[in-house]
Amino acid sequence: MTRRRVVVTGMGVVAPNGVGLDAFDAALRAGRSGIRGIPRLAELGFACTVAGVPQGIDALAEAYFDADLLLAMNSNHRFGSIAAIDAWTDAGFARPDPADDRVNWEAGAVLGTGIGGLDTVGTKLVPMTDAGKVRRLGSTTVEQVMSSGISARVSGLLALGNQVTTNSSACSTGTEAILDGAARIRAGLAERMLCGGSEGDSHYIWAGFDGMRVLSRRFNDAPEKASRPLSESAGGFVPAAGAAVLHLESLESAEKRGARIHAEILGGALNCGGHRGGGSMTAPNPEGVRRCIGAALADAGLSPRDVHAINGHLTATGADPNEVEAWAAALECRPDELPPITSTKSMIGHALGAAGAIEAVASILMLRGGYVHPSINCEDVHPRIAPFAASIPHEIRAVPGLTTIAKASFGFGDVNACVVFRRWTSA
Amino acid sequence: MSQNQVFEKVVAILKPYVKDADALASVSLESNILDDLKVNSARLVDVVLAFEDVFGIEVADDDADKVATVGDAVRLIQGKLA
Repeated sequence: MTRRRVVVTGMGVVAPNGVGLDAFDAALRAGRSGIRGIPRLAELGFACTVAGVPQGIDALAEAYFDADLLLAMNSNHRFGSIAAIDAWTDAGFARPDPADDRVNWEAGAVLGTGIGGLDTVGTKLVPMTDAGKVRRLGSTTVEQVMSSGISARVSGLLALGNQVTTNSSACSTGTEAILDGAARIRAGLAERMLCGGSEGDSHYIWAGFDGMRVLSRRFNDAPEKASRPLSESAGGFVPAAGAAVLHLESLESAEKRGARIHAEILGGALNCGGHRGGGSMTAPNPEGVRRCIGAALADAGLSPRDVHAINGHLTATGADPNEVEAWAAALECRPDELPPITSTKSMIGHALGAAGAIEAVASILMLRGGYVHPSINCEDVHPRIAPFAASIPHEIRAVPGLTTIAKASFGFGDVNACVVFRRWTSA
Repeated sequence: MSQNQVFEKVVAILKPYVKDADALASVSLESNILDDLKVNSARLVDVVLAFEDVFGIEVADDDADKVATVGDAVRLIQGKLA
């Protein structure tokens, strides 16, 4: 039995350096950082006082959602819902009328989040509950704090009738969502799935990471320089917020309706390092990473040399050198043979549960445009990464014949996800 | 506060929750909040919280349960203000 092929027919992105595909593509090509100083973080004594936050969202939200919805949506819901609606319309579908009772039974969603509605928890649920004002919480608290809130919200906006769920696997969430949705289409259980991740804009989400001392803290005065993956001066990641959603579709369905195809999902893999062999709650087992990338290539039917570019996890922590070495091992190449490798996080920071999805959109935009975007702020390449330095683009790099790109995400819990996209030419 | 003044404030509170704009344009004391104005029933809790804030009153849950029409809300609030 031949496996059903899965293609990407729509995308929506809400990123700190660009909202919408055109703005995001332009920012990626230009190497434009979306990291800014956040005064509130300084007031609260955070070591890291910069973050990546999507801009212009209030105006967009007012245009996209009615007054009733706006009262029930936290930042996670806003980012994720805007990205989902954009992916849906980019795929060629009209946004359904709320009064139209028809349901899209063949379309579902896997929309993940790493942390979820902590802004609602921090500003509303905890203070009001502790003040004895539970009855003042009203009706909109649960839908904003329940883990599945974002997929539930989107299913109502778009009348989705297939499986609708929220996945969560820390920083690999967004990539995992894409693979979970693709698996459902492959298995013939759905024709179309909205897949991706979103993460809210809240200091409550970022506080725990600051407490762990894993956030960037030496570049607060130069926010655009603060996210420094692959560099010797990397000192932690920059927290970020946002969302991205991919509209996945069976190739049959896409061809039947003559849909524009952005890319094909050739394959992918998910695994966990078991917190062994150097892996832990916060660090990946290198063997798990290599196995995940290798399994993704096998699933995609590619040999290691068929990977033309890499969009890494690359957060700007001490794990970057390990990751680069793991890519070289998994792709069975010498340092000078490594394909171009880049970090979208260098421009937007680490959007946690949204990261994999935003970076997947970046990967597909690069495939479509035949380029690899710059990995900024690594003029001082880390000594252990120096043998691979020629593979790191500091400016936009045209890659003629760019056909495949591998995108990986690695998360707390020692979980790994890797997806391989192929540029769409024809069936 | 006159009945008309209370009515206008109640309608303003209901406005963001109303799904049927035409029904809002012809709203009266007889309009049923759920059936005519198409307010999501879960949001009635938020509407009542807004009554409390705007009019400086407290509405017991059992009293709130009896509100079906705009007129029911107006009379409940006027009773509290009296």
